[in-house]
Amino acid sequence: MPVLWLVLIMLGIAAAGFVLGRSRAMARAGGDSRKLHSLPGYYGANAALKAIVPAAGVLLVWLLAQPYYVTSVVSEMIPETAIGDGSSLGLVMSEVRRTADGLDNAVALGLMTEDFARNARADITDITQRLKDAGQIVTSDVTQPIMRAAQEFRVLNARGNLLMTGVVLALAVAGTLWGLRESFASFRARNVVESGILALLIAAASIAILTTVGIVLSLVFNTWEFFKLYPAADFFFGLEWSPSFSGRGGSSELGIVPLLWGTFYISIVALAVAVPIGLFSAIYLSEYASPRIRAFAKPMLEVLAGIPTIVYGLFALLTVGPMLMRVFGDEGLGWMQSGTAVMTAGLVMGVMLIPFVSSLSDDIINAVPQALRDGSYGLGATQSETIRQVVLPAALPGIVGAILLAASRAIGETMIVVLGAGAAARLSMNPFDAMTTVTAKIVSQLTGDSDFASPEALVAFALGMTLFVLTLGLNVLALYIVRKYREQYE
Amino acid sequence: MTDASLSNAPAAPRSSRSLHTVDERTRKRNASEKRFRAYGITAILIGLVFLAVLAVSIVRSGMPAFSRMVVDIEFTLTQAQFDEAESQLMKTSAYQEFFNAALQERMESAGVTVPFDAAAVERILGKTGGTIREFYRANPDRLGEPVRFELPAASRVDGYYKGRLSRDTMVDSRFLMTTDLDIVDAMHDAGILKRGFNWTFIQGTDSGVDNPGGAGIGASVIGSFFMMIVVLVLSLPIGVAASIYLEEFAPQNRFTDLIEVNISNLAAVPSIVFGILGLAVFIQFMHLPQSAPLVGGLVLTLMTLPTIIIATRASLKAVPPSIRDAALGVGASRMQAVFHHVLPLAMPGILTGTIIGLAQALGETAPLLLIGMVGYVAREYPDGLIAGFTEANSAMPAQIYTWAARADVAFYEKAWGGIIILLMFLLTMNILAIILRRRYERRW
Repeated sequence: MPVLWLVLIMLGIAAAGFVLGRSRAMARAGGDSRKLHSLPGYYGANAALKAIVPAAGVLLVWLLAQPYYVTSVVSEMIPETAIGDGSSLGLVMSEVRRTADGLDNAVALGLMTEDFARNARADITDITQRLKDAGQIVTSDVTQPIMRAAQEFRVLNARGNLLMTGVVLALAVAGTLWGLRESFASFRARNVVESGILALLIAAASIAILTTVGIVLSLVFNTWEFFKLYPAADFFFGLEWSPSFSGRGGSSELGIVPLLWGTFYISIVALAVAVPIGLFSAIYLSEYASPRIRAFAKPMLEVLAGIPTIVYGLFALLTVGPMLMRVFGDEGLGWMQSGTAVMTAGLVMGVMLIPFVSSLSDDIINAVPQALRDGSYGLGATQSETIRQVVLPAALPGIVGAILLAASRAIGETMIVVLGAGAAARLSMNPFDAMTTVTAKIVSQLTGDSDFASPEALVAFALGMTLFVLTLGLNVLALYIVRKYREQYE
Repeated sequence: MTDASLSNAPAAPRSSRSLHTVDERTRKRNASEKRFRAYGITAILIGLVFLAVLAVSIVRSGMPAFSRMVVDIEFTLTQAQFDEAESQLMKTSAYQEFFNAALQERMESAGVTVPFDAAAVERILGKTGGTIREFYRANPDRLGEPVRFELPAASRVDGYYKGRLSRDTMVDSRFLMTTDLDIVDAMHDAGILKRGFNWTFIQGTDSGVDNPGGAGIGASVIGSFFMMIVVLVLSLPIGVAASIYLEEFAPQNRFTDLIEVNISNLAAVPSIVFGILGLAVFIQFMHLPQSAPLVGGLVLTLMTLPTIIIATRASLKAVPPSIRDAALGVGASRMQAVFHHVLPLAMPGILTGTIIGLAQALGETAPLLLIGMVGYVAREYPDGLIAGFTEANSAMPAQIYTWAARADVAFYEKAWGGIIILLMFLLTMNILAIILRRRYERRW
């Protein structure tokens, strides 16, 4: 990978810049560092920063922009006629990319020379045959336009990479020289370096914003694409979910209502398990337990939060599901058809959420001022009466916030429902039926082999958007409530 | 006051009983107090019971993955036999005959009387000739001296001893006959067939859907390892830099607020949404290779950043302002005060937070599903350092999911075994974090 080498060379230039800048400043000051404005290291750092920051920035932008540019140039080369029925430009372009990769590998294996791979007048059957000899996967027959496009693709990419290496290295060297020129005694190197570092710190902090923007953009664009292919009203109010396979089009019913119902049903079961257990644990741990019990039980419960969700998923699929089947299945009460059901996923998810509810509520109960309790005891209330009538009402907003956060966790949880809840989307009241959720369907729609441009794949982005908006709303509401409550006692 | 209470006293209805005898109402209140306490204890016990059940079912279902039935046999192949076998057309079956002869001899010396033929041996042990031939071709100097072989039994025989298969329910097939089980039992009694440690599971790579016996988690451990390197290299510097800015330099303004709101929201965004982001941005837009640890690492970095930032800010905040004031007082710049004094003091807390963030990222599965780590069967170790980042590979949680989703029940055992390995890594990381905290934590 030449990029790795490029980065290493860049680092080497920067290191050289550091040493040179430092020694040059010392030499200019006649070997007496007291004559310099800043410590000698800052002159070195100045040269190193100037070498690396612009070069790395250009490298990053170039790496992002080049594929985009090459793709747009190459896709203009492909005539309308080369795009067959039921195909799209995207599919043809991935064909082009595969062919280009094949050519690369064939050249690397020594089965054709670089000149041959680039030769635009090469015989198409000959080149295809050689590709097949090289063991490269060439789907059916490579057509003339695709082969030309692949060749152009390789040429452009090679040219771009060469240009990129040149530009980046030139920038690095120029930056070093610039830094070296500034290595004189009266140059305020520390101030320059420090403002440079501050800019880097700000850039690092902005990545959080960039991530959010990335999430929103990738969701919005693809959702928009989806709504162009599938009416939004049918998506939001459709009562049926039955996607056809691999985008053969036509008869897909993509209504979100059954998925939302599954999501909410499972979340409600989970909260019905987690909230009482978590809340009572928190009350006991914060109000009754001796420090020794607290020191033991609290971390033990929190272990439950540290276990990866895949473990819970497997636990639901292989332990809890069969266990429930024994009681509620055909041999027992006969309510349950298979081990994967709302109840299975909900129970296990509830276990996962216990520590979440308990540690948040614990914090909130501990934040209730002792004076309130003392006042209640002074009036003759027992400890439980104090908790029920004074502490809990005072902590209520915070606890509601904690429950909302737990609910948002439950809605966004994926692995437990993928493994434990089943795959059938249905609107049913029976908690022992298999149902499916928004997250499980995102996974199944995007891990199949359907084309990314089909509504069956794009619907996953619309589902993701719904999920994102739902959880974001719950989180913002919960954080608002918790913050409001905290201010009350501060 | 006193007068009033005195004059009212006779009018107030007074209980004639002593305060020491408990009346109905008090008894009720005391009982409800006890009940309330019991609810609390029950809740905690339920939580702990769930934890125990989880632990027991992981250990009980996962341990079998680490063992397998092997035939332990010692035999000698002479140079003459080697040459003879190599000269034949069906080389491996020639070796198999030698092996069968040796097995026959061993069985007779152990006093096993159950008759068996070559086909039965092949059903029980698979094609042994290939393994033996490979060994002697690699070590020709061992010819003529006794060599001990540990050959794994077929996956169905393994299942027989692990309880997946029983005599009553099994149907004769070309894979295993009921009569084979008699041979297997006799061999087991004679000590020829015994339980051995399954190294294939630790070192091996994933196998096809029809070969649960040969599946190993090794390649996906390597995949996870490369992913964690990406996460560490990116998220630690970026996270620390962002926290330093927010905690030490950021002015109170709109922009700072925006960053803070974004970080706290990102911490609560469902992990699957990060998977969608990875798919759309890294794979569809930037055309990075699918299923590559590099892409997985990038996605997990974005997920881990909020955790690391929150932990780092907490430990920066814990360094008392007097340290900063002292540094500024002797003429350091603000940047120098932070990098020379505050940051080193906060380092243990930052590292603890980083390790916990990494542990979280190591167990995360959902985003990996979307960037294509599930469809890929990791049959090979990556060759070389760069290939480790860019070639398609699996990761531990994705591998576990793949096994859990396969139809063959024998893969479930592998999935549980994989979970034990994953949890062992997580446990080590968390213990490391706790030790770090105990050792270097400073109370100001």
